[in-house]
Amino acid sequence: MNSPTSSAETRLDRDARPGSYYGHPIPYLPLDQYPGKIIAIEGTDGVGRSTQIQLLREWLEVQGYGVVETGWTRSELMQPTIDLAKASNTLNKLTFQLLYATDFADRLEKEIIPALKAGFIVLSDRYIYTAMARAGVRGVDRVWIRNLYGFAIVPHLVFYLRLDDKTLIRQVLQSRGMDYWESGMDMKLGDDIYESFRAYQKSLLKEYTSMADEYNFRVLDGRRKIDVIQDELRRQIGAFLAESETAARPDVV
Amino acid sequence: MEGIDGSGKTTQLDLLAKWLSAAGHSVILTEWNSSALVKAATKTGKKQNSLTPMTFSLLHATDFADRLLYNIIPPLKAGMIVLADRYAYTAFSRDTARGVDRNWVRELYSFAVKPDLAVYFRVPIETSTDRLLARRVKLKYYEAGMDMGWSTNVVESFKIFQGKVLEEYDRLVDEFDLSVVDATGSITDQQRTFRKLISQHLQIEATNEFSDELG
Repeated sequence: MNSPTSSAETRLDRDARPGSYYGHPIPYLPLDQYPGKIIAIEGTDGVGRSTQIQLLREWLEVQGYGVVETGWTRSELMQPTIDLAKASNTLNKLTFQLLYATDFADRLEKEIIPALKAGFIVLSDRYIYTAMARAGVRGVDRVWIRNLYGFAIVPHLVFYLRLDDKTLIRQVLQSRGMDYWESGMDMKLGDDIYESFRAYQKSLLKEYTSMADEYNFRVLDGRRKIDVIQDELRRQIGAFLAESETAARPDVV
Repeated sequence: MEGIDGSGKTTQLDLLAKWLSAAGHSVILTEWNSSALVKAATKTGKKQNSLTPMTFSLLHATDFADRLLYNIIPPLKAGMIVLADRYAYTAFSRDTARGVDRNWVRELYSFAVKPDLAVYFRVPIETSTDRLLARRVKLKYYEAGMDMGWSTNVVESFKIFQGKVLEEYDRLVDEFDLSVVDATGSITDQQRTFRKLISQHLQIEATNEFSDELG
């Protein structure tokens, strides 16, 4: 139900500058080149995102950087509702997406923006791309979901820890098993939970791959050892931070 | 059915529902922000005054999506009349008055079904405030826009907020072709106007169905 004046064009500007809004802004929170940085780690279940983030945090703090972590569906406002809604299976793809977006908005305003203002490095365990991948798989309108997340801030770096479907399936089964939503059982792909899970994860990977180009992900091979991935993350983040510090202080050469 | 708090739209809606039911129509009522899904989060957020204009807006959209899929679309498919006490236009006016981006909120609700008829009960702030105060309605924190910090006086804040909401509604009348009912008149007069609007509409519906059959 759009007014005749609004256009159907995608509003998640892939060329938007890091640290600014992707699309339609939050008018009452103008962003003013804050000193902080957002580094997002994306990837499917079982790829070891949280381990990598723990290690990165330590490394950054040892170097004197202030670090704030934020994670998908972890807002104070929404976490109980999302957990409850998942448990009762009364969600549909639209309300699911809107709950995610509410959670994200709460964390953006209460955690991310204040941290950026105060010069922290925000390590984000998943970012809006997770929502977009899940929405894509479930056939939620692509333009709608991209407009919805227009108020997201473009991260300075997005790392995508990529797994192939075979490795991914083994990792998840080994770590904590499949659950209803992450097996895509809501999509009624079939009664066989394994087949459903496999089909779901494969289409998720496809969504991530198509976003990797669109939103400048730095793709890392998630099959490598934890410390090898960590070294690569540190190398790239270190280079980025050094560069932005030089840019911020042109007098210090 | 749209209108600011104290416009009398709920009274009008109840009377309309009685009339439609008496005439043999199957009627279902759905109210803004009434789904169980977001109740807990809204309650927590309100209690702690921790809702921001954005999360406020998104929680209402979630509520709306939930009701659309469970309480609005199925009755429509079954050929019933859905009377909605507030619709997406409430979000367009309130959220924008709170400072949310005007285009963003319109796109957010693009999944909403376009109503067959949208009626706006227009009333000046003074009248609506008097009505609410006469009923000894306690103006609530968010309803009075206290979260915006415009005034520490709840009645004052309510008036400022509703004034902004009213401006947004006026913009919507043209943009979405809302039918305006003057809500300052007597309850009976308003109801007559309202019923006339509805019967014109139901008449047109009946004609359309007839011509479809011929075609």
